[in-house]
Amino acid sequence: MDSPPIVISASPHVHSDRTSKRIMYDVVIAMVPAFLVSLYVFGINAFIATATAVVSCLLFEYLIQKYLLKAEITIADGSALITGILLAFNLPAGLPIWMIIVGSLVAIGIAKLSFGGLGYNIFNPALVGRVFLLVSFPVQMTLWPTAVENNTTLADAVTGATTLGIIKDGLQFGGTMTELSAQLPSHLNLFLGITGGSLGEMSALALLLGGLYLIARKVITWHIPVAVLGTLALMTGIFWWADSEQYANPLIHVLSGGAILGAFYMATDLVTSPVTKKGMLIFAIGIGVITVIIRLFGSYPEGISFAILIMNAFVPLINKYFKPRRFGSKIKAKIV
Amino acid sequence: MLKTFPKGGIHPPENKLTSSKPIQRLPVPKVVYVPIAQHIGIPAEIVVDRKDKVDIGQVIAKSGGFVSSNIHSPVAGTVTKLDMIVDSTGYKKQCIVIRTDAKNASNFVETEYPLKKEIELEPQEILQRISDYGIVGLGGATFPSHVKLNIKADKKIDCLIINGVECEPYLTADHRLMLEKAEEILMGIQILMYALNVPRAIIGIENNKKDAIETFKKLMLQEPKIQVAALQVKYPQGGEKQLVRALLKREVPKNGLPLDVGVIVHNVGTIFAIYQAVQHNKPLIERVVTVTGKKMGKASNFWVKIGTPIKDLITEVGGMPEGTRKIVNGGPMMGKALKNTDVPVTKGTSGILVISEDEASRGETKPCIRCGECVSVCPMGLEPHLLMNLSEKGMFEHAGQEDILTCIECGSCSYVCPSHRPLLDYIRFGKSIVKKLDVSKN
Ligand code: SF4
Ligand code: SF4
Repeated sequence: MDSPPIVISASPHVHSDRTSKRIMYDVVIAMVPAFLVSLYVFGINAFIATATAVVSCLLFEYLIQKYLLKAEITIADGSALITGILLAFNLPAGLPIWMIIVGSLVAIGIAKLSFGGLGYNIFNPALVGRVFLLVSFPVQMTLWPTAVENNTTLADAVTGATTLGIIKDGLQFGGTMTELSAQLPSHLNLFLGITGGSLGEMSALALLLGGLYLIARKVITWHIPVAVLGTLALMTGIFWWADSEQYANPLIHVLSGGAILGAFYMATDLVTSPVTKKGMLIFAIGIGVITVIIRLFGSYPEGISFAILIMNAFVPLINKYFKPRRFGSKIKAKIV
Repeated sequence: MLKTFPKGGIHPPENKLTSSKPIQRLPVPKVVYVPIAQHIGIPAEIVVDRKDKVDIGQVIAKSGGFVSSNIHSPVAGTVTKLDMIVDSTGYKKQCIVIRTDAKNASNFVETEYPLKKEIELEPQEILQRISDYGIVGLGGATFPSHVKLNIKADKKIDCLIINGVECEPYLTADHRLMLEKAEEILMGIQILMYALNVPRAIIGIENNKKDAIETFKKLMLQEPKIQVAALQVKYPQGGEKQLVRALLKREVPKNGLPLDVGVIVHNVGTIFAIYQAVQHNKPLIERVVTVTGKKMGKASNFWVKIGTPIKDLITEVGGMPEGTRKIVNGGPMMGKALKNTDVPVTKGTSGILVISEDEASRGETKPCIRCGECVSVCPMGLEPHLLMNLSEKGMFEHAGQEDILTCIECGSCSYVCPSHRPLLDYIRFGKSIVKKLDVSKN
């Protein structure tokens, strides 16, 4: 009998064609609209910042894996690319290039590879990079070039402020929301992206577009973004309802301070979020609550980065206590 | 809304290439290789010797205990050897080799029995017949049927479920049987209802077999006690626990059986075998096998004698195609890859699937990205990524606490994992060790 070259491996013998790589590149595609908006608003600066972050993330991953860890090089899996883009999205346009490089090194070297690389990291690498920069270079990290000024003078950072920054400072110095409203961008501008802030958080519309793409491609589910934004809106809504002069309305909170960027692109990072839907909801509500506490009572106006990192730390615990219900563990059905 | 089970499940490409191919009779092989362990439980004990002449349907190996089954000669001929051969599990097993007597007419006349409606046997005799005639679960599990039907006095059965789901991609053996032998299957159901005194029966069929659903619906018009239920197409709905949940909303307890919720589940093929045994005195010596694969030009369904070498089947559909990488006994989700084609068809062989290079290739294993896909598709509510991790690290006690033993090995987790992690491979390994630990503890 002629025996063909046969493989003997255990079932299943077929496999779905979804791969981690495809998932990663879907995330990249989802970020394209927001990137285009940032190019439109900040011009060449946005390009320089994003390119710097992406190239340094890839390069650091390559160098560390090749020379320090002597491990398999994984730069093609798409995850370092995502980290680079997300890091850039979280930075103000016009941040000195060397700072971006430092941020990338922290993100890839410390937050990702020192934990064991993709799949083993506990914290979202891009956020660790961002928070590191924020703590180390608080001045530069809060110099927000504004849209209009930037179109004329490219590289000069202007001390614009973010929407939430204006509110926070204004309220601290005894202002009321009515008095401050003149300085704030309209809700429509917040939605479309004509406002001060980091590269990627400009346009809620562009971010939502990408977010819907991620949901449609089944890369993420609705649970995390809806629960984060829902909690944020609900809690800030209660404060606003109680005293609309001292607290900004929930729409402002949802549309600014990187809430949408965080909820759709960073809190949903597969590796650093829980595996069950139940767990995701707990995780996301936690992010919402912490964000509100930081925004209303803490010293940072935005807060969602910290909130996500704090909840990242709880993920192993959440995975442990919010397990799927085992089939047959509690019998509801009655025998007729 | 079609019925289905609520938690988990996947929908792999169905690839039912042979659903319109009538069941053909495979020529009787010159030699049959009949293993004595074709069922779950204790192997049968050989009761013939070399050079013995055997008749078609004669017992050649006797049930070795309660959870065991008789084995009958599929042909009339001469025992030439008692040998060890590799069977579908990949291990060498005891096997009776019989050379078919080319002159014996009983090997070649195929009596097509007319439908026989009156039941002559008493309930106890029916159950005895099922036991004597070597009937085992033909859906693939090969659990001896009489054991399932042996119901202790304290258990009450209120529903018999007939499994016509055939959720494995590619396989169409049950589908064809339902189309071609619907009346016989209906009789088989009635025989069992009578023998067990069960008031009602439901036959569950997935909605990709609309013709079978229609056929049965028409037949059941006069049978108010038997329902036909169309099910949403979802793998692994053919799993007993999933099927019971889908049809009756009853959840079989964690370490329990359908019996614990008042249900018995039998596959349509088994029901047909029961009909033949009870009404026509025919032991289980042949079954329907789907022989299929994307490159198999003449893929079809066949009546095959137990013990027929698989290569005979492959020859019948035009030979092994170029670039074959895997030959699977069963469907692509749960079937076993075979070492070679000398392996014989046994009572559990529902299909032979030939898979080519491109379909068989498994992506490179990457780190777990904790996407949770495996968790969301697991029909048993397990966490496959965690179970694999625990098995890999040797933390078997912990794996046991995480209910590793309740895994039904459906393979849904491995199927979806975007990092191509061999989840089920590790879970199987973990299960085998946890079982041993449990045994040593008790
Ligand atoms: S499907 Fe694969 S990558 Fe996703 S959580 Fe499960 S094991 Fe990890
Ligand atoms: S863990 Fe077991 S039951 Fe769950 S999907 Fe994987 S193979 Fe199926």
